[in-house]
Amino acid sequence: MTDVFCYPVLDVLCPMHLTLNETGHITHAGPTIQKLRVDVPMVGQRFLEVFAVKRPRSITCMEDLRRAENLKLHLEMRDPPRTELKGIMVPTSGHEGNVIVNLSFGISILDGVRDYSLTNADFAATDLAIEMLYLVEAKTAAMEASRRLNLRLQGAKIAAEEQAFTDTLTGLKNRRAMDTVLARLVAGQSSFAVMHIDLDYFKAVNDTYGHAAGDHVLQSVARVMVEETRETDVVARVGGDEFTVILPDVRSDDILRKVGRRIIDRLEVPVIFDGHECRISASIGTVWIQSGERPSMEALLSDADVALYASKHAGRARQTFYSPELRQAANAGVPPVGRGHQSG
Amino acid sequence: MHGLINRSIQSYVCDSYGIDIWLDVTHRAALDFTEFEAMLNYDDATTEQVLNAVSEVLGRPRDELMEDIGTYLVSHPSFEAVRRLLRFGGVNFEDFLHSLDDLPDRARLAVSDLHLPKVELCEHAGGQFSLICDAPVAGYGHVMMGILRVMADDYGALALLEQTGGGKGVETVSITLIEAEYAEGRSFDLGARVG
Repeated sequence: MTDVFCYPVLDVLCPMHLTLNETGHITHAGPTIQKLRVDVPMVGQRFLEVFAVKRPRSITCMEDLRRAENLKLHLEMRDPPRTELKGIMVPTSGHEGNVIVNLSFGISILDGVRDYSLTNADFAATDLAIEMLYLVEAKTAAMEASRRLNLRLQGAKIAAEEQAFTDTLTGLKNRRAMDTVLARLVAGQSSFAVMHIDLDYFKAVNDTYGHAAGDHVLQSVARVMVEETRETDVVARVGGDEFTVILPDVRSDDILRKVGRRIIDRLEVPVIFDGHECRISASIGTVWIQSGERPSMEALLSDADVALYASKHAGRARQTFYSPELRQAANAGVPPVGRGHQSG
Repeated sequence: MHGLINRSIQSYVCDSYGIDIWLDVTHRAALDFTEFEAMLNYDDATTEQVLNAVSEVLGRPRDELMEDIGTYLVSHPSFEAVRRLLRFGGVNFEDFLHSLDDLPDRARLAVSDLHLPKVELCEHAGGQFSLICDAPVAGYGHVMMGILRVMADDYGALALLEQTGGGKGVETVSITLIEAEYAEGRSFDLGARVG
């Protein structure tokens, strides 16, 4: 009995179909499925020698396949490119044992059109393949635009955060940044030191030569402090002419003494602005926290203030280390004399 | 208007006339920024201000400008994605023309908050069509005309295009398809993703 297939109809409706005879040989291939193997006619080959059935796994011979009526088949071409295909098999009403297998790329559609250079005309007009390709491309473009927006927003966020922690005039850290760093150190166990630095005679510069001169001096002060401290130290401008230097991992008070000395010495070098010599100095109050000590942030900053005022009272241009006696003296109204006093 | 639309205008000005002209435009349009974000939405009035400013800065009439923007959108290499997405619409120019009815839906499928003006194709006898375009922004019909000119070349079709009237927010483009396969056209490889 001859085939009863109406190939022209099938070719239009299902361009990726195959018809098989009772021995499992391909008797007709739709125009698109044949494009998958342009050089080797599919007609005449055994279906299961061209395609491997990946699921259901139980199908290994034509007999199994014939029983898989109306089941979704997962197939793979045996030769490279090993394109994966979806398929469905239905028996025909004509000759016993003849079947139609209709195939589709399924999710491998993109690889399919690329590997075999398919065009719109290779798909049935009702097939959603082209819309699928359109969507993949449109969504990829849209995602890319969104990704770029996200990157820019992330960059802006980092810049804003950086700005929020930076003193815009000097480029030093600001009080917020200092609080964050200090909170971390206080919570830790290691030794560190805090220097409160207050500029001496700065108001006179501002009043005499104007704010521009003042700003210039502050920028120069910032540069000196950064240069005279380590990269791991944090220099913050916490008020108009107040600065805080946080020095992690300090092994001896001698180091602190030297750092303070160098800062004061360099700040005393006159800064020239608009032909005027701007002369300032600095008073420093220092707290050295030994490893294991766990002071509160408030107490720490207050101690540094006490030491700073001791320097001011003792004639400025010097560094004073905090000691409890200083606070007692300050509370008693006696001019305090701190340990480690340095004359300016 | 969607950022994609505004951003396209920005790209057109920058690519065709340079960044300085664009900065001039943003200044004249009184924008408080210089870059449109493609994936954000902007007030409709902003687009109008920008288009007016471009017209003034370049000294070019709105209609001509809009057609030029349409041409740019489908011919500039950095907008290759647009040309490709349009080509998905049809296998030949006529098929493509008919797909324009779906253009706003297709755009929304890709970017859910991108609302393109409605366009409707009417077919007359003898290869004559008219494309009736909603024009919330004056000159949208001209943008479509610029797009259609390039797409006709892309498909290798020979078509005559002209603006035939408008008003009340609707603009009509008349299309005469003289020869569907006049030239080779540009190839369209379904699987060649861009970007």
